[in-house]
Amino acid sequence: MSSATSAPGVVELERPADSEHEEHDRPWIVVVWNDPINLMSYVTLVFQKLFGYSLAKATELMLQVHHDGKAVVSSGTREKAEHDVARLHAHGLWATLRQD
Amino acid sequence: MTEPPAPIERTAEGDFRVHLGPEERDLLRRLTAELEELLAAEPGDPSLRRLRPRAYEDEHVEREYRSLIGSELESLRLENLRGLAETADRDRLDPGELDRWLAALNDLRLVLGTRLDVREDEFADGFDPHAPHAYELAVYAFLTWLQEAAIQAAAQSL
Repeated sequence: MSSATSAPGVVELERPADSEHEEHDRPWIVVVWNDPINLMSYVTLVFQKLFGYSLAKATELMLQVHHDGKAVVSSGTREKAEHDVARLHAHGLWATLRQD
Repeated sequence: MTEPPAPIERTAEGDFRVHLGPEERDLLRRLTAELEELLAAEPGDPSLRRLRPRAYEDEHVEREYRSLIGSELESLRLENLRGLAETADRDRLDPGELDRWLAALNDLRLVLGTRLDVREDEFADGFDPHAPHAYELAVYAFLTWLQEAAIQAAAQSL
């Protein structure tokens, strides 16, 4: 999305180079949260379809959501994480993103 | 004794066979029409909140996300609901049509489940026909049963 990268020149002038560098290196993570309605089998299927995960990996993540209340399901640039969140939202899952 | 067939089964040809009665197909059409109407008439209705979960904690960034992607998600939702309504009478579905059923059934469950404030183990103690909202709970159980069959059938295609 545009706001994180719209004016890099200005941001670089205002911040020490190191913190700017770190800011860019820290990945964005996509978190899926537990809810009482989405079926466990559905959540597993969505993880397989959207991320190409194996049944074993998708099931493990689904169980983490179910037991711990949440799980990190993907990470990367802000653009990628936001795209993943939108795809999860299109499938009715409760997903958020934040910088790690 | 033999098990009744699952309401949705994957065929050897890779499409899907639907075993539902006329009343069940009517119900699907009625439910999708009701949800479409609610989305148009009362887009802020509290029962719709799980259809539009937040992406960001920050209010300002969340508004940006909604303005970028919100209308696309809403059009997709309507396409899925109409797809289910239009194919509710069919005995065979192709994989794309089954995907629309999966998404639409999930939206119907999200809205009805939110309205009924269901728990994760809603039917752990069985179904009580005398409970308040027993009819709505039965509809919710029907949607869950149908969606579970759709998921099992779709999973065989992965």
